[in-house]
Amino acid sequence: MSATTASPLAGHGLHGPAKDARVARQLSVRRARRDRVVRILCVVATVIGLIFLASILATLLWRGLGGLSLTVFTTSTLPPGSNGGLLNAIIGSLIQTLLGAVIGTPIGLLVGTYLAEYSRGSALGNAIRFVSDVLLSAPSILIGLFIYQLMVAPFGGFSGIAGCVALAVIVIPIVVRTTEDMLRLIPVSLREAAVALGTPQWKVIVMICYRAAKDGIVTGILLAVARVAGETAPLLFTSLGNLNWSLSLTKPMASLPVTIYQYAGSAFEDWVQLAWVGALLITVGVLAINIIARVALRGGK
Amino acid sequence: MQQAVAAPARSAARTRRTPHLGDALFAGAARFAGVFVLVLLGAIIVVLALGGLQAFHAFGPFFLISADWDPVQNVYGAAVPIFGTLVTSILALIMAVPLSFGIAVYLTELAPAWVRRPVGTAIELLAAIPSIIYGMWGFFVIVPIMAQWIQPHVIDTFDGIPVLEDLFAGPPFGTGIFTAALILAIMIVPFIAATMRDVFETVPAVYKESAYGIGCTMWEVMRSIVVPYTRTSVVGGIMLGLGRALGETMAVTFVIGNTNRIATSLFGPGNTIASIVALEFPESQAGSLKLSSLLALGFILFVISFIVLAISRLLLRPRLKT
Repeated sequence: MSATTASPLAGHGLHGPAKDARVARQLSVRRARRDRVVRILCVVATVIGLIFLASILATLLWRGLGGLSLTVFTTSTLPPGSNGGLLNAIIGSLIQTLLGAVIGTPIGLLVGTYLAEYSRGSALGNAIRFVSDVLLSAPSILIGLFIYQLMVAPFGGFSGIAGCVALAVIVIPIVVRTTEDMLRLIPVSLREAAVALGTPQWKVIVMICYRAAKDGIVTGILLAVARVAGETAPLLFTSLGNLNWSLSLTKPMASLPVTIYQYAGSAFEDWVQLAWVGALLITVGVLAINIIARVALRGGK
Repeated sequence: MQQAVAAPARSAARTRRTPHLGDALFAGAARFAGVFVLVLLGAIIVVLALGGLQAFHAFGPFFLISADWDPVQNVYGAAVPIFGTLVTSILALIMAVPLSFGIAVYLTELAPAWVRRPVGTAIELLAAIPSIIYGMWGFFVIVPIMAQWIQPHVIDTFDGIPVLEDLFAGPPFGTGIFTAALILAIMIVPFIAATMRDVFETVPAVYKESAYGIGCTMWEVMRSIVVPYTRTSVVGGIMLGLGRALGETMAVTFVIGNTNRIATSLFGPGNTIASIVALEFPESQAGSLKLSSLLALGFILFVISFIVLAISRLLLRPRLKT
């Protein structure tokens, strides 16, 4: 019924609407075309981003795998041409990264707790949050300079412990950020239930909130470890790097990133090769920690 | 019955004492740690400023505008590194922002659900790669590509065109300001893209659905609904990327050419504050005017980064944190 009444009407006004329809069609074609161009550009942008990642990984594998051998893990850095390895750099990196995390994590955890549990809305809390966020993105080379002035210049020598402290300064804001975010996700009812039983606040935080936010907090610590494991600039001025075997925290200490930096710029074929092996090791390590952290967080949710 | 009466009385007596001490200690420790972070930032500023005092004394405000960096004459100026830092960072932004926008739009509007997570994670992993790896990759992969393919063609293409001719001139070494900016752009894309994606996702679905409902295309929804709604936060995300680019050290040091001269060509070599500090520091003695000049440069970099990051935080706060 409606079809039969509609068709005469359409036939009646054939002239007018037909012109509008053409304009409308042109307009819609233009809009659709522009939309399609944007869609394609967006896909292209994403593909470019992924190509960069793939290119970096492929380069590392291609250049690094060739030099990977047992000697890399069993021998310390040696003069060019004498088949050296990266043992001291690997151990030095592990020590400094772990000690940095050990020093920085408790502080970051406490600050995050303060921001989430104690300071709601206070001016001091806002200031601390702001400063921590700025530190999170502050140039790491300046943290190296800062620790140099504080711990290297006055004591007359580069030291492993100065490197650890520099890395700890970088760890703190990362742990603060994730700790606060994760604690804020804990439902208030969980806290209220504990408080209703007469639990003191610090016990509520330590035994209820930390436990509930454990996955997220651990993720934050892992991400912080991954971040500082690859830091080069702050170590240049603090632990300096050491081509000899040394575990002393009061002497200059080798680290993978600094060794890579020294070797990659050298003119010796085998040193450059070792630099690529080191780069491969550190990237695989950092990316693995990142992926583990993400999976852990997702599993926890 | 007796027990039931006795129990509350006992616990009431306990709750009066134990939480007092435990709570006070824990709250005190948390507050102390918080104040420690405040002091830490203050200490960084003060220590860098004090270290640079000698240089500021010796050269005065002239330090900021002098282009000299002459260890033989013991004369130092900050103009070239400041110029290099700003030019590379801004160039990097010009390249990174459109790319990040495209990625963010793809991840929020276009990608099928099963693609979103892996692609998003891949882009985020780009941010996890240490900067020294970017430096090596840039030096061994991008620099040869620039030197062999891109720079000669660009120089030939613009030859004879007034302004562009000077902007893209010089021998195609592959290193230089443009290459440094390119590497920086790749490094900050994940930060900007992730922030944009997160703020795009805060747009209420109703707004977008209304626009789609009256027949808007995806691009029109982005341009007229999503971007205006998230504008402040998008700028905040871009500032965050800028803050990252300003202080990047290792990647830039590998590819910028490290020359203390203001190049007129984008393909010419230069330096940045971070790269000159990394390179010149090992050659400067404790207490020397050179070391003080490097610390003064560090102080300047910190002030610039602080301002940029502060703006970024202020712009991002309302959207991402409530």
